[in-house]
Amino acid sequence: MPSVNEISSNAAAIAQQLGIQKYDIYGSSVDETSVQVDFGEPKQVKASNRSSVIVRVWNENNSLGVTSTTDVDAKGLELALKTAYEASHFGAKENVPDFSPEATVPIEEVNEHFPQAPVDRLIETLVQAEKQLLEAHPAIAGVPYNGLSQRDISKFYVNSEGAVRREAGSYASIYLYSKTEQEGKKPRSGGAYRMNHSLDQLDIDGCFKEAADKTISHLNYNKVKSGKYRVVFSPEAFLSLLGAFSNLFNAQSILDKQSLSTPESLGTQIASPLLSVCDDPLHPGNIAQERFDGEGTPTRQVPLITKGVLTSFLHSSGTAKRMNAQPTGNANIGAKVTVSPHFYHVSAGEPGEQHLSLETAENVIWIDDLHALHAGVNALQGSFSLPFDGWLVNKGDRVSIDSATIAGDFLSLLKSIVYVEAEEEVTPGGISPKIWVDDMSVTGE
Amino acid sequence: MPSTLLLSKELPSLKYVATGDRFDQTWEAPLATLLGLGRAAGADFVEFFLERVNYISCLAEDDAITSISPSLSTGAGVRVFRGKADCYVSTNDLSFSGLKAALEKGLSILGLHLPGPNAFVPEINLELLRDYASVRGKESWLSDCSSMREMGEILLSATTELNHKAKHAQSRRASYFRDWQEVLVAASDGTFARDIRLNQSVGYSLLCADGAHRSSISKRVGSTSDPAFLRGWAYSTDADEVADSAGKMLYADYVESGTYPIIMANHFGGVIFHEACGHLLETTQIERKTTPFADKKGEKIAHESLTAWDEGLSSNEFGTIDMDDEGMPAQRTLLIENGILKNFLSDRAGSMRTGHPRTGSGRRQGYTFAAASRMRNTYIAPGDYSVEDLFASVDKGIYCKKMGGGSVGATGEFNFGVEEAYLIENGKITKPLKGAILIGEAKDIMNKISMCSNDLGLAAGFCGSISGSIYVTVGQPHIKVDSITVGGR
Repeated sequence: MPSVNEISSNAAAIAQQLGIQKYDIYGSSVDETSVQVDFGEPKQVKASNRSSVIVRVWNENNSLGVTSTTDVDAKGLELALKTAYEASHFGAKENVPDFSPEATVPIEEVNEHFPQAPVDRLIETLVQAEKQLLEAHPAIAGVPYNGLSQRDISKFYVNSEGAVRREAGSYASIYLYSKTEQEGKKPRSGGAYRMNHSLDQLDIDGCFKEAADKTISHLNYNKVKSGKYRVVFSPEAFLSLLGAFSNLFNAQSILDKQSLSTPESLGTQIASPLLSVCDDPLHPGNIAQERFDGEGTPTRQVPLITKGVLTSFLHSSGTAKRMNAQPTGNANIGAKVTVSPHFYHVSAGEPGEQHLSLETAENVIWIDDLHALHAGVNALQGSFSLPFDGWLVNKGDRVSIDSATIAGDFLSLLKSIVYVEAEEEVTPGGISPKIWVDDMSVTGE
Repeated sequence: MPSTLLLSKELPSLKYVATGDRFDQTWEAPLATLLGLGRAAGADFVEFFLERVNYISCLAEDDAITSISPSLSTGAGVRVFRGKADCYVSTNDLSFSGLKAALEKGLSILGLHLPGPNAFVPEINLELLRDYASVRGKESWLSDCSSMREMGEILLSATTELNHKAKHAQSRRASYFRDWQEVLVAASDGTFARDIRLNQSVGYSLLCADGAHRSSISKRVGSTSDPAFLRGWAYSTDADEVADSAGKMLYADYVESGTYPIIMANHFGGVIFHEACGHLLETTQIERKTTPFADKKGEKIAHESLTAWDEGLSSNEFGTIDMDDEGMPAQRTLLIENGILKNFLSDRAGSMRTGHPRTGSGRRQGYTFAAASRMRNTYIAPGDYSVEDLFASVDKGIYCKKMGGGSVGATGEFNFGVEEAYLIENGKITKPLKGAILIGEAKDIMNKISMCSNDLGLAAGFCGSISGSIYVTVGQPHIKVDSITVGGR
């Protein structure tokens, strides 16, 4: 891939030739390798080196057109600029995106590529993790889903007013998902995922232990009676549910009337005072930190729910302007700029009046992992009905639950939170403690 | 010197002039050379997949076009096999040196190295280009599709129509995409084939709200191989259907959880077979040992009323392909006949690793993915009952008229959401229900599909799996499932 400076200067020259006065470009290049293994043998190794850019062009009527391309040499850029210019004549006439007012605000430039490990070491590491998992219990018959990957990513943003942003990082990740076979019993499964900057920093042992522990814990399973339960969401489960209903905080969704919130929702109590949530892209626990968004706006911590009160929304520069707020660094470049969260940080709000513990609680359901969020969540209605992996816990004893679903309304759930544990867990998708919620509908038998 | 006696040291100075803006016969020489180079290095099999995509999406919200987004991409993937291990490397660089670098990386990952400077590099004798793109007028498909202006005009007409028909509409959306793809496959077994694919989809998304009551209904239709597809979109009819469904679901009660007999509508109801059985008949699942059907070929795995097919041959369906992404012509594959498992779906690697014959099912989202065994147009065959017969057999159950998405896990447990459902009492539909999700185990549910009506209907869908998101068709007649767990409140 050409350097950012080359792309920037090529784009400037081509735009001048084409008579294009105003444009911006967001691009990235990825160099990655991943391996999978199957009973001690490499199954598939994948490597990829690819790049792409998104070009936006404003025409003489200030209408916007966009084109993305994987062809980032001068010829490809020229075609992209021409196509974007053509598209600009059919672009939106109202609320046209503009450059972010913060695209040139100075920020720290991070260029942190870690050395990539050789492929044979990746294979060797994953084979060893698979072997450990297979040996962890006689019932574990396979690790059908596994993978170890490493990736270098470089991103940039430039615009015709001189903004230049760059950042680069390295990430390594592993997942292990094992399956059991026992005579007369259903196959059971469990898995774990870890992420860090390099193979050397990756918590492979922790991943193996968590996958083994979960899989073994599901061997003793039972149906649960349908009814209303006090439910404890694991950090991963709560974060995935929060992510599924992120339109609550999304200013673009709110303006599009595609949200459970309205502009007037700010300042209202939407959750138990026990809960606080922020989007915290620069938290040290976030391995995939991003310092600027698709419009070049610097990212930052954004408080979303403070002690149960909806505090602010996630903005692009356009939504911020329309809602008389500040951009928050959550924009994705496009013909229509969309908004998305980076890294949720869920924490305790008001101190709770009670202390709850899985060691002493009676007949609570601990939900470890929610499935099929794409099918069982209706984010526009606020409702969900989802299969899950979890346990019925009685004074510290846990029995795995077979084939059950949990259903409810997300806004009601937020208000039914009865306890937010103090200990926060850092996961690849965010940070959260366990969250206790009353009166959840669980369907079992 | 004859090309078959090329010396490896001469590779850097080769001046191949393959056509830059299309994949044609001019790609034979560079690809034959690279394939020979891979084999000379010790690979058992090498395959190149070249791709060029011209994609565009358009979105109308309420009464304005808010996004038109063209996307252009080119890339290639090279797959190298050594024994049963394989390596896949992808790149944006389609120059000879770029493809050679990708090949070299793939070889090195498998512990292989390009031959030394004076080694002979035998070219692979590729077959005469099987050019599926030169038939059915495919070369003009891209230019015959709707222009940006036409896309905008049709989508705005559609949202206006929806505004006339929907009550309590809070937001109206109509969206369209066109995905034009040119591919070329060349492999060391002599495979050399080219195709052009054209997939398009358009649909509505309607959100209605009345106080605390909300309903959201969407409908998409899709087509392969028809440049005039958008012009022929029956948006008025679809607006009627979407507005009617949203109106009925707006005040619906939440479904009461439990175990029920259900009747599933035809068309997109076919997602039940797709998730509960189709995925488990892919050789990928046999390799992973995640299917209960691995050793059941020739055995009864479903109710005797059930026959099912997977094929790529229907004229314009969303999963229709002339060739798969490994260059094999599409075929019609009988999966289950009267409850007996007849065939699995296999790609090249799956065939090599499991012994099941290739079925033209090697598919991938694009050049960044290696092909894997995937479904095409998959459906349950029509039966002998009428829809009335099915309803008459249910005292209390649920009619699942419109399905949402679904998934199947490593243990064969599947789930899928129901977007539009109704209570059945004494054989009659009595009231709308919302919030239902169906869960079950594949090998159980296949024996509980006890009645199939005679009204087969197909629907376009998207399927995500190991080789990315691909276009598929699901389908079935109305079917009755004797009992299934329904999650709700």
